[in-house]
Order: sequence, then structure tokens, then C-alpha cells
Amino acid sequence: MNGRAKVLAVAVGFGLVLAGCSSGGGGASAQTSAVQARGPISIWYSNNEQELAWGKAMVEAWNTAHPEEKIEGQEIPAGKSSEEVIGAAITAGTAPCLVFNTAPSAVGQFQRQGGLVNLATFPDGASYIEGRTGEAAKQYKAEDGGYYQLPWKANPVMIFYNKDMFKKAGLDAEKPDLSTYQKFLDAARKIKSSGAAKYAINPAPTSEFFQAQFDFMPLYSAESGGKQIVVDRKATFNDAAGLAAATFWKTIYAEGLAGKEPVQGDAFGTKVSAMSIVGPWAISAYKGKINWGAVAVPTSAGKPAAETYTFSDAKNVGLYTACKNQATAWDVLKFATSEEQDGNLLTKTGQMPMRANLQQAYPDFFTKNPAYTQFGDQAARMVEVPGGPHTVEMLQALRDAYTKAVVSGEGDLQQALNEAADKVTTLAGQ
Amino acid sequence: MATVTPLAPAAAPRAARGSEARRHRARQGILGWLFSAPYLVFVGVIFAFPLGFAVYMSAHDYFFTAPGVNVNRPFVGMRNYVQALTDPAVRRSFYNVLVFLLINVTLTVVLSLVLATLLNQVIHARAFLRVSFYLPYLTASVALVGVWLFLFSGTGLVNQLLGPLAPNPSWLVNEQLAMPSIALYVTWKGMGFYILLYLAALQNVGKELYEAAATDGASRWQAFWNVTVPGVRSATVLVLLLATITGANLFTEPYLLTGGGGPNGASTSPVLIMYQQGIQQGKPGYAAAIGVLLVVLTLGIAFLQNWLGRERDS
Repeated sequence: MNGRAKVLAVAVGFGLVLAGCSSGGGGASAQTSAVQARGPISIWYSNNEQELAWGKAMVEAWNTAHPEEKIEGQEIPAGKSSEEVIGAAITAGTAPCLVFNTAPSAVGQFQRQGGLVNLATFPDGASYIEGRTGEAAKQYKAEDGGYYQLPWKANPVMIFYNKDMFKKAGLDAEKPDLSTYQKFLDAARKIKSSGAAKYAINPAPTSEFFQAQFDFMPLYSAESGGKQIVVDRKATFNDAAGLAAATFWKTIYAEGLAGKEPVQGDAFGTKVSAMSIVGPWAISAYKGKINWGAVAVPTSAGKPAAETYTFSDAKNVGLYTACKNQATAWDVLKFATSEEQDGNLLTKTGQMPMRANLQQAYPDFFTKNPAYTQFGDQAARMVEVPGGPHTVEMLQALRDAYTKAVVSGEGDLQQALNEAADKVTTLAGQ
Repeated sequence: MATVTPLAPAAAPRAARGSEARRHRARQGILGWLFSAPYLVFVGVIFAFPLGFAVYMSAHDYFFTAPGVNVNRPFVGMRNYVQALTDPAVRRSFYNVLVFLLINVTLTVVLSLVLATLLNQVIHARAFLRVSFYLPYLTASVALVGVWLFLFSGTGLVNQLLGPLAPNPSWLVNEQLAMPSIALYVTWKGMGFYILLYLAALQNVGKELYEAAATDGASRWQAFWNVTVPGVRSATVLVLLLATITGANLFTEPYLLTGGGGPNGASTSPVLIMYQQGIQQGKPGYAAAIGVLLVVLTLGIAFLQNWLGRERDS
């Protein structure tokens, strides 16, 4: 062995030894004591203006009442996505106690990493979650029966439309009928041909896994009557409802009613498109800029809005194992999702707390803000991404098939859905 | 019976001198190691350890966990490599990056050398021109991507200038043109750095060589081909190696310019797939296997370039 080879061998050996030492044990007893410990905690919340205002007010309210168990709140550190930042923090052992922006699609991986506390291990954990969220909580239950996330708030996606552009296109701007695929397509063609907007609607045509949540999944949820894309470890989206939803979008792209190129910024906000598929967070963003209205997502037969399901676009709260004072963190979590704080969240952000009987809980808000009423109603019919550690992989498989067969219009659509479904079923079975 | 041959009278001082020389060499050796130690530690910690760890990860069903979490990460041997080599998306990404390197490295070498030669002859506004070429290199890719999207989108400036000759689908959503467009962008962005390398190398090409060529009646092209190109051969090898290594690590541009490797995987790169698999999908062992394959490929190309570009005795 020559000198260089020796140096390389030593370096590699050193690496392997360190790697072998990197996974240690002894975490169980520390976790047990942390579950009962009380004291100061840290939390992360989202960095948009409205949620920041809610987060700061909530922290202040808690700290005033609990000077011995103070919260240190901060925005989620910058990164390509919140999920990557949280994943890295879990690995490094620097995750905060609570993150008020945990994406359901990432929860399975965080759980596999050993980064999340099962909230059902608290004596009142499961009962609190199920009492607050009702039947919808089931979608967030892990396979082991635990809750590794608290369903917090949702942004049920609907079709936003620009009333001024609809008027220009000769469409009914106050009560447009976009309930069926055919009526939606007819309206979209009028918008395009009249020159009211460059595109009728413009969901991101790109390949990122999460984009599936804002085009195919809402329409599939509606068409299938509230079915998840995986049921009993088997992909469902290659059924008749999936084909119908995918065919609708394929027509949109084939006729140039949506762009195949990504638009910089928000296409609806910059008036490049006359419609958008988005949740109620957008109301405050478009306030004073766009004269908007909203309707439920279309279905082939035109289901009434009161029966139409959609994608939730939920963000939940996770309690992380790096937390040293988990008893305090659980109390903070209950405080932050109490009826009072949920009301504050609704008022400040317009996002829907995931509470059973939401509209009955906050009648004054919905009376004063009728624009939110239909979103409050829609919040009762939402579908979530499938759970487990392979959620992102499943969504990527679906997205890859979608961009090829729907956006680019290549190959046989049913075959593409079948192939993606086979991959997803394999992943769901692992 | 063993016999002892006495040393010749002159041999004793020679042996003493030899022993002293060995001690001197040993002292020098220790000193050499001491001086090299900081760099060796740097290489060990920053390069060798991560590389060794990546090889370890690639042979296991590895995933990241919170500290103190005991999990089983079974040894899987070559399974991740077999999966990577048989995965159409991974194979496509390696093909894409080869296309990228072919265009990017070729353009980088040729344009950098030509522009550096021209810049070397400029008398007026020399500093301004050098800064102009260097500016894109210094600017964050995220900021420049916006400009590029404005230029190369369907209704962008380039297509408006091309009129009926504009490609359909447009550049960045066209399966045949997406990767060449990215290669063009990366070439433009990085060229300032390579021009500087060539400008430095051109200062070492003797003026007398050009004078001799002129005396022999060489044209400007002949002087460039027969004097400049051989004169900057070592810089060319360096440019080839650097452009290949940085190009093989392509990530930001397909991530931002084509929305995650679109259309239909036509602009995915191995590093983008590593990001998707290792970070987004929680399979760092598989991502590490793709990374090791990429290292092997890059080393192979770099070795070939070094071998082809080195000066040989006639």
C-alpha cells in the first residue's frame, strides 16, 4: 500500500469508526423525565405578517400568566422549506418544543426520525385532540394509534375568481356557475378568447411534490366524495374520479387555458390569470387589490357546494422530542389551541382553526366577515394527504406522472395514473 | 565461521556522513509533516471524513434521527447502487448532466479563452470590461434566474426577437432545449471567473513569441492557434477541471429555472435527485449512493481531461 492509499484508508476508517459511534442510546429515560418536566420552552411560528402577529400576542398572553414557564417565540429559521429546517433541527437536537407550522406531509418522516412526541401519551392527549377537532382528527392519527401532530388550522382550497375579469369576459361576476367541468371549461375559454386575462387559471405546472395538493388533489377529493389518495395502504387515484379530474386538467393545459411555464410571483395576484385555486389565507393578501369572489372546486356532475370536498392545506403543531420541558409544552399547546386563541387566530389570519362546529363557535366573526363563511363551511369537508414516512415520495410519484401526462399531455393518461398508483401502493405497503 | 571484514579507512567517515544525512532527512520529514498538518487535518475533516461517511451511508438503509434515538440501520451492501443504476430517473439525470457538461465545458473553455485574449489586447475601458464579465459570477444565482426567466420565457425578450423562429414549447419547458438553456445560463454566469484565470495565464506568454510569429508572417488566427493556445495549456487544463467539477454539481439552476428539473425530468441533475431523495424523501442512504456514483464519474472525466491536456515530450 503506498502512502496516499494509507492516508485515504486511515481517513475512511476514521469516518467509519465515527459513523459507528454516532448512534447512541440512553434516550428513553431522558424522554420519560422530559414528559413530566416544567420550565421555559421555545416555539417556532410562521413568518407571514398575520401569523406573526397572532404568535407574538399568544406568547405575550401566556408569559404574563406563567412567569416561571416562559415561552421564547421566534420565526422558523430561513431555509428552502420549513420542513427541511425542522428535519435538520431534529437531527441536530436543536428543534424547539413546538412548531406551529408542521406540514402533515412531513410528520411521518419526523416521527420516523424520533423527533416527535406522541401526544396521546399525555393523559388527556387523545381526548383533547378528538374533542377539539372531532371526526376530522382521524385523518391525523398515526398507524400506531398515536397522535404525532395536533391538527391546528386549515386553508380549504376553493376557486378564487377576479370579478372584473369575469365581467370583461361577459360572465356572471356575482354568481358564476363553475360547478361542472364543462361549465368551468366554457368560462375559461371565454376568458381566454375575450382577452380578459392571459390565462383562465394558472396552477404551478412544476414538478415539486407539493404542487399536487393545489391542482389534482382538490379536484380528486371533490370528484371522489372525500376520498384520500391512499386508502387501506392502496392508491385510489387511478379510479374513475381520478381519471375525470386529470382529464379536466389535461384539457385546460391542452387548450392553453393555463400556462405550462412557471410564472414568477402569484399569477392571480398579478392579474396574469382570472382564477386561482387557493385557501382563505389569500383573502387578506388580495384585499384592496383584486375584486374577488370564490366558489367550490368543480366536479364532473356539478355537486352542490355543500357536498363538495377539497384539499385541506392544513398546518399542524408538533411537540418535538428535543424539548426538555414537555409538560409545559403540552400546556402551551392546549392554551394556543383553546377556543379563545383559535378565535384570535381566525380574526388575525382568516385561516380556519380545525375545530368541530367552527361556525357555531365563532358566530360573530362569520357574521361580520361573510367572505369567510363559505370557507368556514368548506372546512367541514376536507381531505388530507396520506400519512406515514413515505408521503413525500408518494406525492412525488403522483406529481411526476401528472406533469408528464397532464401538463405535457404525453402518453396515455389512464396508464400514467395506473403506473403512479402502483408505485404509491408499493410505498404504502412498506 | 563468520569473518569480519574491517572497514576500509575511508568507510568510517562515509558511514558517519550517511547516518547524519538520514537524521537530517528524518528531521526534514517531521518538519514537512508539521507544516502539512493543518492542511491534512482540513482535508481529513472537510473532505475525507464526509466522503468516507457517504460511502458508509450508501451501504446502509440509513436515515437521520434525533440524537439518542436507537434505530436499526441495516447493512444493505450494493442495494442502493443497484437501485440507482436501474432507476430511470437517476439514469436520466446522469445523461442530462453529461449533456450539460458537453455544452457548458466546451463553451466555457472556448469563449473564456477568446474573450480573455481580446480583453488582454484592449487598452481603453479595460477595468470596466473585466468587471462587466465578472459581475454575473459575483451575483447570487437566485437573483439572476429572474432575469433569465424574463429573457427566455414564452413571451420573453428572446422569443420576441426570434419571432416565428421562437421554439415551441419555449426554451425552459422544451424537453430538448431545457438542459442546453441551463448550460448556456451557467456558462454566462461563470465565465467571468474563467476569463480571469486565462488573463492571468496570458501574462506569462512571452511577447517575443508573438513578434517571432509576426516576423514569420503568421496571421492573427495563426498566432492565436500556435502561440496563445499552447501558451495557456496549463490554464486550460485547470479551467476544464474546475468547469467539470462545478458543472457535475449542478443544482440551483434546474431547481429554480425549470421548477425542479422539468419538463418531465429533462433538466434533473444527479444532485437535484440527491436533494429530493435524501432531504425531501428521507432516504439519505440512497442519495449517498447516487453521490458516490457522481464522484466516480466526475473523477473519471477529470482524469481523462488531465491526461489529454497534459504536455508530453515529443
